[in-house]
Amino acid sequence: MAVSESDILRSEVRWAMIVGVAVAVIFAAVIYTGIELHVNPPSNIETIDPKALHLSNEFTESNLGTRVEPEGRITTRIVATQFAFDPPCVVVPANEPVTLRLTTPDVIHGILVTGTNVNTMIVPGYVAQVHTVFTKTGDLLMPCHEYCGLGHSQMWATVRVVPRESFRPDAEGRVACD
Amino acid sequence: MTSVARLTKAHLWIAFAAFLVACVFGIWQMWARSPLATPYVIAEHYFLSVTAHGVAMAFVLTTFFIMGFGYFTAETALDRPLPGKPWAWAGFFLAVAGTLMAVAAILSGQASVLYTFYPPLTGSPFFYLGLVLVVVGSWIWCILMIVAMREWKGAHPGAPVPLAMFATVANAIMWLWTTVGVAAELLFIVIPASLGWVDTVDVGLTRTLFSWTLHAIVYFWLFPAYIAFYTMAPQAAGGRLYSDMMGRLTFVLFLVYSLPVGLHHLFMDPEHSTGFKFVQMSLTVLVAVPTLLTVFTISASLEIAGRLRGGRGLLGWIPALPWDRPMVLATGLSFVMLFFGGGGGLVNMSYGLNALIHNTSWVTAHFHLIFGGTVVIMYFAICYAIWPRLTGHEAGTQDAQRLQLWLWFVGMMIMSLPWHWLGLHGQWRRVAQFDYTNPIIAAWGPWVTTSLVGGILLFASAVVFVWNLAALRADRKAPVAPFAFATAVHQPARVPASLNGFGLWNVLVLVLMIAAYGWPIAQFFVLQPPHAVVHRVDRGG
Repeated sequence: MAVSESDILRSEVRWAMIVGVAVAVIFAAVIYTGIELHVNPPSNIETIDPKALHLSNEFTESNLGTRVEPEGRITTRIVATQFAFDPPCVVVPANEPVTLRLTTPDVIHGILVTGTNVNTMIVPGYVAQVHTVFTKTGDLLMPCHEYCGLGHSQMWATVRVVPRESFRPDAEGRVACD
Repeated sequence: MTSVARLTKAHLWIAFAAFLVACVFGIWQMWARSPLATPYVIAEHYFLSVTAHGVAMAFVLTTFFIMGFGYFTAETALDRPLPGKPWAWAGFFLAVAGTLMAVAAILSGQASVLYTFYPPLTGSPFFYLGLVLVVVGSWIWCILMIVAMREWKGAHPGAPVPLAMFATVANAIMWLWTTVGVAAELLFIVIPASLGWVDTVDVGLTRTLFSWTLHAIVYFWLFPAYIAFYTMAPQAAGGRLYSDMMGRLTFVLFLVYSLPVGLHHLFMDPEHSTGFKFVQMSLTVLVAVPTLLTVFTISASLEIAGRLRGGRGLLGWIPALPWDRPMVLATGLSFVMLFFGGGGGLVNMSYGLNALIHNTSWVTAHFHLIFGGTVVIMYFAICYAIWPRLTGHEAGTQDAQRLQLWLWFVGMMIMSLPWHWLGLHGQWRRVAQFDYTNPIIAAWGPWVTTSLVGGILLFASAVVFVWNLAALRADRKAPVAPFAFATAVHQPARVPASLNGFGLWNVLVLVLMIAAYGWPIAQFFVLQPPHAVVHRVDRGG
C-alpha cells in the first residue's frame, strides 16, 4: 500500500485541526461556566491557626451552626474533627444563598453533600468556604470524604434543608436542628 | 535470549507478585463496602488493606515493571549491551529493600496512611524511608536509560534514536522531574515529622509538593502502554507505524504537559487561588492533545494492517485485523477503556465541574479504568510479547492469553462503570462500610454488589495471567526470533535535533514549572500559614 509522505502529513494536519477544535470547545465550556454560571472551585486562601480555634472569635463552640448575620447573609459554620462534625446537624433554608464556612483543628478532612455540587477539602490552617443554594428540601448526607484516621467511616453530618417559611431564626439570628 | 533477561525477569516477577497480592486486598475492600456480610472488617484492617493495595499497585507494580521493560527496550531497540548492568542490579536490590521495609511497616499496622500519605497524619518512618529507597532505585534506572541513549548516539552520529528508546528516555527524564515534588515533601517535611524531629507541618505546602508528583506519576505508569501502541501493536497486526514523527511529538508533549498540571488534584482545596487553579486547568486541557494524536496514529497504523490483510470499505479493515493476537486484542480493548476513562477524566479536569465528583467513587472509577484498564492490560500484552525472548519458551497456544485479556476487560468494565454512577450520586471514597439502612445509601446497594462481580472477574484474570507466565516454562523450547519493534511507513533517515534529544524540552519544562508552580509553592514561604500538629497513626493517635 503506497501512502506518500505528503499524504500522511496532510491527514495528520487535518486531524490536528479537529483536535484543536475539540480542545477549544472544552476550554470555552469551562470559561463560560466559570464566568457566566459562577461555577468556580472554592479558593479563598483564608488562614486560621488550627491549634487555637477555640480562641478564635468565629469558630468557638457557641458560634457554630447556622446564623442569619446582621446584614442578612446566611452563614453556616462547622468544625470538622476526628471523627465528628460540630454541630452534627445543621439547618439551612431552601432557595436562598447560603455560605458554608468550615475548618479543622486536627487533620485533613473534606465534605460533599449528596445530591448537590457542594464539595470542598478542609485543610488544617485554612477556612474552607462554599457559596451555594440548596434547591431540594429534606435531610441530606454530609460525609467526611477524605481519610482522616481509623474513625473516618463513621464521620458524617446531616444538612437539613427546610422551606423558607419553616426557617425561623431566634433573637440572635441562629437556627439549630432541635 | 537477551543478556538482560535475568534482570528484566527479576523486575517483572516482583511487579506481578505485588500485583497479585494487591488484587486480593482490592476484592476484599469491595466486599466490605457492599451490603454483603464480610469477614474481618474492622477499621484497622480496612485502612491497612487500602494502604497496601495502593502502594503495591501504584508504586511497586508500576516502578518495577517500567524498570524491567526499560532495560529490555534499551538492549533490544538499541541493539547493544546495556551499560552499567551492575548498577542496574544495585538499583533493583535497593528498590526491593525499600519495598520490604514499606511492606513490613504497612502489615504491622504502623503505616495506615494510604498510598497518598497526606500529613499531618503520620506513620512509621520505615514506611517513608522504604518509599524513598524505591524512588532512589528508579533514579538509577533513569540515569542508565539516559546513558544508554547517549552512548548509542555517540556511536551513530546524526541517526534518529529508535522510537521505543526515545520514548523510554522521555519517561526517564519525566520521572526525574516528577519525583522532585514528593522527594522534597518526604525529605524536608514528612520524614523529619515521622522521626519526631518536628511537631508541626505546613499542610498546604505538603499537599502542593505532592500534587507536583501526583499527575505526572500517572504518565510515568502510562508510557509503557503508549510505547506498545506505537512500536509493538502495528508490528503485531502485520502493518507499519503510520508516522514515526508523530510518535516523537506525542512523547515530547507528555514530558512537557504532564508536569505543570498537578494543581488540578487540588481544585477543591482552600490553600490555592482560582487564578493558579485556572492556569493549571488550561495546561491540563492540552495534555489531552497527545492522547488524541495517538488515537489517530494508531488507528491509521492498524488500518494499514487491516487493508494489507484484505479489509475493504470504510470500516472493513477492522474485522480484517488479526484479533486473535494478544497484542492486537489488548490494544483494541485498551482503546475502548481509554474512551470511557478519558471521558470521565474530562469531567475531573473541568475546574468547577470537579465539585460534582471530587473524592467520590467517580474518581476511583476513573483511575481504575485508565490505569488498571487501559495501561495494565498493555503491561499484560507486553509481557506476552517479550516473555518468549526472556525465557526461550514459546507458548503452544494463545487461548489462555486471550481468555485472560477478555476477563480483565469485562471485569474492569463491570467494576468501574457502576462506580461512575455511584460517584455521580454522591458515594464517597475511602470508607470501610456504608450504613445501608439509610435510604439514600440503600439505593446504591445493587450497584456496589455488581461492581464486586467485576472485581471477582479481575481477580480470576490476574491468576490466569501469572499462571500464563509461569506455565510457559512447560511449553516448547524454541529458537526465538530476535525481537523487532515496529517500523514506520516512511522510516526517517534523519529527524530534527529537537526530536532526537531532550535539551530543548527540559528548558521548556523548567519554564512551565516556574510559571505554574513558582508562586503556588512560594506563597507558603511568604504567607507563613499556621502549621498543624502531627497526628501519629502508629502510636494510637
